[in-house]
Amino acid sequence: MREIFDSTVERLFVDLVSTDKVLTAETLGWNAELWAALEESGFGLAAVPEEQGGAGATWAELGGVVRLCGRFGLPLPLPETLLANWLLGVCGQEIQAGPLSFAAGGQLTLADGKVSGLAADVPWGRDVPVLMGITAGDAPTLVLLPVEAAATRTLCSNTAAEPRDTFCFEAVQPLLSAPLPTGIPADVLLLGGAMLRSAQIAGALQRILEMTITYANERVQFGKPIGSFQAIQHQIAVLSEHTAASVMGAEAAFAQSAVSLSRLAVASAKVCASEAAGIGASAAHAVHGAIGFTHEHALHLTTRRLWSWRSEFGTLTHWSSELGRALCQGGAALFWPTLVAGHLETPAGASV
Amino acid sequence: MSIDQFKYSRIPPEAEALRGEVRQFLADALKDYPVIRRADSWMGFDEEFSRRLGARGWVGMALPKRYGGSDASPFARYVVIEELLAAGAPVSAHWFADRQSGPQILHFGTDAQRDRHLPAICRGEQYFCIGMSEPNSGSDLASIKTRARREGDKWVVNGQKVWTTNAHRSHYMIALVRTAENSKRQEGLSQFIIDLSLPGITIRPIKDLTGSEHFNEVFLDEVVLGADALIGTEGEGWSQVTAELAFERSGPERFLSSIALIHTLIDAVGRSPDALQAKEIGRLAARLVTLRNMSLSVTSQLAAGENPAWAASCVKDLGAVFEQEIPELAQLLVEIPPTAEGGRDHARVLAYLTQMAPSFSLRGGTREILRGIIARGLGLR
Repeated sequence: MREIFDSTVERLFVDLVSTDKVLTAETLGWNAELWAALEESGFGLAAVPEEQGGAGATWAELGGVVRLCGRFGLPLPLPETLLANWLLGVCGQEIQAGPLSFAAGGQLTLADGKVSGLAADVPWGRDVPVLMGITAGDAPTLVLLPVEAAATRTLCSNTAAEPRDTFCFEAVQPLLSAPLPTGIPADVLLLGGAMLRSAQIAGALQRILEMTITYANERVQFGKPIGSFQAIQHQIAVLSEHTAASVMGAEAAFAQSAVSLSRLAVASAKVCASEAAGIGASAAHAVHGAIGFTHEHALHLTTRRLWSWRSEFGTLTHWSSELGRALCQGGAALFWPTLVAGHLETPAGASV
Repeated sequence: MSIDQFKYSRIPPEAEALRGEVRQFLADALKDYPVIRRADSWMGFDEEFSRRLGARGWVGMALPKRYGGSDASPFARYVVIEELLAAGAPVSAHWFADRQSGPQILHFGTDAQRDRHLPAICRGEQYFCIGMSEPNSGSDLASIKTRARREGDKWVVNGQKVWTTNAHRSHYMIALVRTAENSKRQEGLSQFIIDLSLPGITIRPIKDLTGSEHFNEVFLDEVVLGADALIGTEGEGWSQVTAELAFERSGPERFLSSIALIHTLIDAVGRSPDALQAKEIGRLAARLVTLRNMSLSVTSQLAAGENPAWAASCVKDLGAVFEQEIPELAQLLVEIPPTAEGGRDHARVLAYLTQMAPSFSLRGGTREILRGIIARGLGLR
């Protein structure tokens, strides 16, 4: 399935997600036509079990799809929709048609069947009719909220002009509420978001690696392509190493995640990807010189995404600190066995 | 090359099943083994330990049964060696034979060479060193000058090798030497299995900056070898050597050299790390997890008969940066200065690995050579 998914989505994106489309979306916003085409492809529901109307695909099969979203800079919440529908499936709920997004930040509470509080930094929040959240407290509950019911909204965009909006709800009747099943941590949306971004970063790094190699082979200075200079070659080598590490991290995170997401693999992936994003973007800009710093060249479409995605759904510090605390708690003797087993306990008090 | 070479590769259950057994063996065999010696990792030399491992079938295990191996999968070998390294077991005596010489003799050797060497390698009794670098040929390996000339049915070798790890404690050296008169660069090179007890060979250990003696200079003065010392094909030495490199550069020894220091660091930090300690220890863990997955991915490509030389270079370069950063972090996360003698385990391991760390990006291919290989693989010329 993996190869079919990858090639299908790549063909779709080559046709539909041109550099111009990405650029236009940054100024004109939501591209309904593009979303309609994606919806037709069915990938938003891919991770939902077949009996619930999805394609029953595993995360292992979908890692490449999310990576391609990053590689092309898809200006739509396909990864978010994929994750939200997956979680609906895990909770035994009906899937939702249309684009979905979710809040991994802020704090929502559930009282007398009504939801109040903040849903923070929601990707494409202003553009989706419904967002998913998980309420805080002893019995974390999955809720779907109508975005239009928010009492206030604060519109923000990340460095790539992708909407990241915050909504305040005051005693809103959720469209749906369902207790999280046992084994699903309260911060599953943060964890899932980190998994998505680690793959998107890996894809974006692949893109800038290709662009940088091409540029270095074409740009001539001192009578030869700059790619023949050792100083340039070594910077690109480092970019490729970090690209490889982020691809590997994301592949492992998706491969080891099923009904429960692998906390250790996802945290490792997001740490490596977040680090790689900064190092990679810096190397790509160094090689591209002044032209890469302009709107005339497409490099910025990818690097501006990297600079935001690395901070979203937990920074390098968030995830490495969680890993570090858990590993110190276990002591030196358990350090290696824990990494090999690939299993990390959900820390007490993990919350949205 | 392609980034997509890095596919996730799970260790198969039958290989994974070995892990418990290896851990149990190590818990017993290394019960009283001092922490500072664990920091030696794959540079620790202990013949008795190598023989014990051989008796368990864990040396040369990927070699065929008829030569004393166990036809084990590369993943089974991986499980064994990564557990040995993580525990800081002294594996250096048999390491090069297990990793390189054994597979090479199997691949390029004659039946007689296989019979002479492989069973003894598998018993953990016959040790090899790799004779590549020379005083004027470090990174520029193709410029080597050590020569073998034909005399009747014999070969006579003259020249000098240097930085030869374990030469003073090994039985054989597989040396790359020039066999064609006036041959240029990569042409006219051949490999020989040289018995280090032969007349004309002088081995002088070189003290490294920790004061240890791991590597040597080896002088070869009119050393007479039988025709059967040649391994593989005369004149094909360069391609034989480069075929080894993916094996040499992608293994867990390329990122586990400093793991003893992570262990003592966690001990020194205690169960409740502060914010910086938690962040940096977690960051090391995340990178270690990813490097291990990359290394396993290369292992599966090797197992499938591919030549992942590019991917292996990525693992080695990233691995060396990682290993070298561990002492840098360890010295700033806790207020325990390094001690060359006396002091607590963490202080001693910190002192030792801080001084070892410069070698991590030299041995097995320097950082600059690796990045050059990676760049060429990317299509930069």
